[in-house]
Amino acid sequence: MDIRKIKKLIELLEESDIAEIEIHEKDESVRISRHGTQPPQPQYVAAAAPAAAPAAAVETASAPAEADTSAEISGHTVNSPMVGTFYRAPSPGAAAFVEEGQSVKVGDTLCIIEAMKLLNQIEADKAGVVKSILAENGQPVEYGQPLFIIE
Amino acid sequence: MFEKIVIANRGEIALRILRTCKELGIQTVAVHSEADRDLKHVRLADESVCIGPAPSTESYLNIPALISAAEVTDAVAIHPGYGFLAENADFAERIEQSGFTFIGPKAETIRLMGDKVSAIEAMRASGVPCVPGSDGPLGDDPETNMRIAREIGYPIIIKAAAGGGGRGMRVVHSEAALLNAISLTTAEAQAAFGSGVVYMEKYLENPRHVEIQVLSDQHGNAIHLAERDCSMQRRHQKVCEEAPAPGISEELRAKIGGRCAEACRKIGYRGAGTFEFLYENGEFYFIEMNTRIQVEHPVTEMITGVDLIKEQIRIAANLPLSYQQDDIKVRGHAFECRINAEDPETFMPSPGTITQLHIAGGLGVRVDSHIYNGYRVPPYYDSMIGKLIVHGDTREIAMARMRTALDEMAIEGIKTNIPLQQDIFNDAAFQAGGTNIHYLEKKLGL
Repeated sequence: MDIRKIKKLIELLEESDIAEIEIHEKDESVRISRHGTQPPQPQYVAAAAPAAAPAAAVETASAPAEADTSAEISGHTVNSPMVGTFYRAPSPGAAAFVEEGQSVKVGDTLCIIEAMKLLNQIEADKAGVVKSILAENGQPVEYGQPLFIIE
Repeated sequence: MFEKIVIANRGEIALRILRTCKELGIQTVAVHSEADRDLKHVRLADESVCIGPAPSTESYLNIPALISAAEVTDAVAIHPGYGFLAENADFAERIEQSGFTFIGPKAETIRLMGDKVSAIEAMRASGVPCVPGSDGPLGDDPETNMRIAREIGYPIIIKAAAGGGGRGMRVVHSEAALLNAISLTTAEAQAAFGSGVVYMEKYLENPRHVEIQVLSDQHGNAIHLAERDCSMQRRHQKVCEEAPAPGISEELRAKIGGRCAEACRKIGYRGAGTFEFLYENGEFYFIEMNTRIQVEHPVTEMITGVDLIKEQIRIAANLPLSYQQDDIKVRGHAFECRINAEDPETFMPSPGTITQLHIAGGLGVRVDSHIYNGYRVPPYYDSMIGKLIVHGDTREIAMARMRTALDEMAIEGIKTNIPLQQDIFNDAAFQAGGTNIHYLEKKLGL
């Protein structure tokens, strides 16, 4: 779970009448609650023991539990080879390159990552079925971030 | 003022930049390689972006990845720190073309100062004294080159125009060795820097390395912030530094500093910079200009009270300097020891996990370091893990504080050069002051 997602959740809370929201994702969970007129405070709870560290800030973009979650994933993870913006389709409104459950061959385009105004096609390096799509359309992604799981 | 800055660096300088950004209320984006996920500043930053695998060429030197990180985080400016791409004119240019602000000089200024030949020309034109030399690149004619060397007087040094920082140089003591030295240096320069252009300078045999810190804004204001003495070097790498330089009078400081500030105004310099000189027999000789913040900037901060990173950011944000020349007063004396993860005798790098860390403290002690208990020093980058800085009312007090602080510092799990630093600060000649750039190597028998 990265900081951008947490920020989106805070926005969600602010725009609604919800007092508290808790989300579990594999080994990680986040609870955000509103206290009166204060802005919602996120409490980051990692189920796995975090790496030994000095007083780390509550909000961290790097999640120590991520290493555990990827160990549990079966199948082949396609990670982002670059920093950029993730797009599922060749252009807005067009059909996505792949959907969950779709079969792919090596070399099939899975997505586009836009960096510095250039659209880079990311291809499958393994054949199989797209089991999950881990990034959202228009989401910024970093180097090494998991994008797809192919089984 | 900028809303969000990408810190395009790592280690202690990234933490230094982050601290000032926080003070100024600027959001921080820490870009890092896969090996640097646990860097202290990455944990403290508002956002972080992994930009590549461990090797620098694929991460901290990866221009598209850095600019992309600025794009996806909606940052407005990029601080390059020192090393890596800090003096890469292409980087500065591409950042600006992509709509971001490069916290540093304009690309053309970086280019001007990056070419050592054109830098010397620009300095001569601005009245900054230079080393007697060929006053331009060497041509192919052996007769001409021998004549130039005779006019300068042996010993001379051949330098690569695209080099700098101690790289791409060869000393020649007699005419017999000259032509060979020129060919060799030319070939090495071509291979190392992509340009075989070389020039010649008089080789000063017992100089000290004294540099002047400057700040220059986009409103025509330029000031100097006194000098630093960085003569304690090994293989052209600085080991410890001090400010002010022992033996420099206030008058001489004002004179040379004033020339540097004037040169900044003349060339339209933007940001923080350092004019490096060789100082011998009371004379200053310009060798090169560093168009970035330097490792040893804290000693200047300690004696002047100026936050140089803050001024860099302010200048880039088009604000005027916070200080006028009259505001800059040298107060007391400061030393800095670079703490490296290396064997203190063999200088072999010593990466590994820090198992026990006790940082020095007390009045006048400052530690700029990103390390913490359990931090794993990676093997992929340079070995500097921190800087121990002291300040005192006099040079003697500052030296005593450094000796005490070095004794207090405990870093276990890896080897460090603290024993070497202790050796230096117990050295009688160093204590007397004014040791030259060859002193340390002679002392170590290198």
